[in-house]
Amino acid sequence: MMLRLDGRALLGLPLVALFALTALAGPWIAPYSHRAIDLAHELAGPSRAHWLGTAENGVDVLSVLLAGARLAGTVALSTVTVSLAVGTLLGGGATFVGGRLAAVVARVTDAAQSFPSLLVNLAVLAAVARPGVGHMVMALAVTGWVGYARVARAEVLRLRDREFVDAARALGASPWRVFTRHILPNAAGPLVVQATFGLGAAVLAEASMSFLGLGPGAAASWGSLLDQGTAHLLRTPRLALVAGGAIAATVLGFNLAGDWLRDRLDPRRNP
Amino acid sequence: MSGVAGLLLRRLGAGLLTVVTVATLCFTLLHALPGDPCDFDLGETATAAERAQCRRDRHLDDPLPAQYGHFLRDLALHGGGRSSVHRDRTALQEIAEVWPDTAALAGSATLVAWLVALPLALLAATRPGTRTDAAVGVLSLLGMALPSLWIGPLLIALFCVVIPVLPFPGPDASGAASLVLPSITLGSGLAGILTRMARASLREVLREPYIAAARARGLSEFAVVVKHGLRSALVPLLTVGGAQLSALLGGAVITEKIFDRRGLGSLLLESIQRRDTPVAIACVIVVAATVVLIQLAVDLAYAAVDPRIRME
Repeated sequence: MMLRLDGRALLGLPLVALFALTALAGPWIAPYSHRAIDLAHELAGPSRAHWLGTAENGVDVLSVLLAGARLAGTVALSTVTVSLAVGTLLGGGATFVGGRLAAVVARVTDAAQSFPSLLVNLAVLAAVARPGVGHMVMALAVTGWVGYARVARAEVLRLRDREFVDAARALGASPWRVFTRHILPNAAGPLVVQATFGLGAAVLAEASMSFLGLGPGAAASWGSLLDQGTAHLLRTPRLALVAGGAIAATVLGFNLAGDWLRDRLDPRRNP
Repeated sequence: MSGVAGLLLRRLGAGLLTVVTVATLCFTLLHALPGDPCDFDLGETATAAERAQCRRDRHLDDPLPAQYGHFLRDLALHGGGRSSVHRDRTALQEIAEVWPDTAALAGSATLVAWLVALPLALLAATRPGTRTDAAVGVLSLLGMALPSLWIGPLLIALFCVVIPVLPFPGPDASGAASLVLPSITLGSGLAGILTRMARASLREVLREPYIAAARARGLSEFAVVVKHGLRSALVPLLTVGGAQLSALLGGAVITEKIFDRRGLGSLLLESIQRRDTPVAIACVIVVAATVVLIQLAVDLAYAAVDPRIRME
């Protein structure tokens, strides 16, 4: 299948690639440690030594950005992996099996969707005394699985009475085999699209939690840099704009890529 | 009309059940959490006698079903009991104090979103495939993707620092002027989603035979699109709008922090962090109850907008 590129892909995919690269190599190519203190140059503007200037305590902003991508990437990838697995199994599996279980899962996903998810994430995370990366992933996955469950449910409903599924059953395939070998591969497209949007949403969620002071304290985070930035907005708006810009560019990249993928993977949506 | 009254009663009953379920979930979760609530309140220096007094006051030594009974009675009679941090105030008083701020922000952000989304969607849906349509598509995608984390500081830098036309956010800033930037910050994201949904919904409706019939009767294009088209196109939008309004109740916490405002979301976050459980539970229940009421209002609005939907 040829995936034709368009404006969204040409802007979105490089942004995603840049983020992935930074998350992988960021802490190694950073010019300074994100904890290196230089009190003489606190909140300084850009210079040869500090390309993006410095933050509180004279910490190099570029180094914090590069190191912060690691946390954002770790949280995003783990959250999406857990949510995708749980959502697909609960939403898709239960619908495939049918019966009372399917009805209960459908009811729970509907109810969970009507409640503000950010509030649930906050509540779970704030209840932990010293939240770490694992706690954050858990807090995000508590609401994250719902989106995948809905997509998986819709796909199973679309696929389960198709001829090739009947054929597989008639050949004596077990329900587990039918589900994993025949239903899931055909449901992969919409799930991949959902996961692309999910990565962007998780990056944003990590930044939001860290911004509110609920992040893992020791790690560098775009959200905590933004927190510093809003505190010094009157003196140096640059700090907030740089931190927010990194978050915005990454989220925009994943959204553009997801939007493009959705149109490409689903021929029915093509105008 | 007894159908409408009956429906209202049934829906309110179901809503009450939802709220009680949420309250029960809160109660269960809090008991599953490790730690003694009295430790958080009294600190490490409390004597054994003070601790015992605290446990007695809060019925912590009673059996679980009895504690649940006390919990529900507190909720129903005293609005969730007293704040464990500000002892002279009840949880409901704390919420009542921030409620006007939350309602003002949620209301104005929703207003901004609809005022931006509807004209843009009309523009795009009546000119499919043109540059205007594409431009609206890009705008709505940007609105959806650019987070308030960035738009907020950007707007403050622009309009409070570089061109100081609006008051710098803070506890002193009040009135309508201080509401402008936060509502744009929150509203732009909502507008992005709404525009996209409204365009799709309008495109679908404008293909219906009754639109062709309206054109055939010689109605002006404006009357066809706005009076006949927009009205039916509104139905799916109301669901989205309702969900957005619900999300604004607590989900505005980021914008509240950027603009140094108080609100329900910030109160919930604070109350959980300082282990003020009565206030935290009351916040969650107020959010749940409002979500239920918003959904009911959306369903009633359905029937008002689309006469094909019967109240059953």
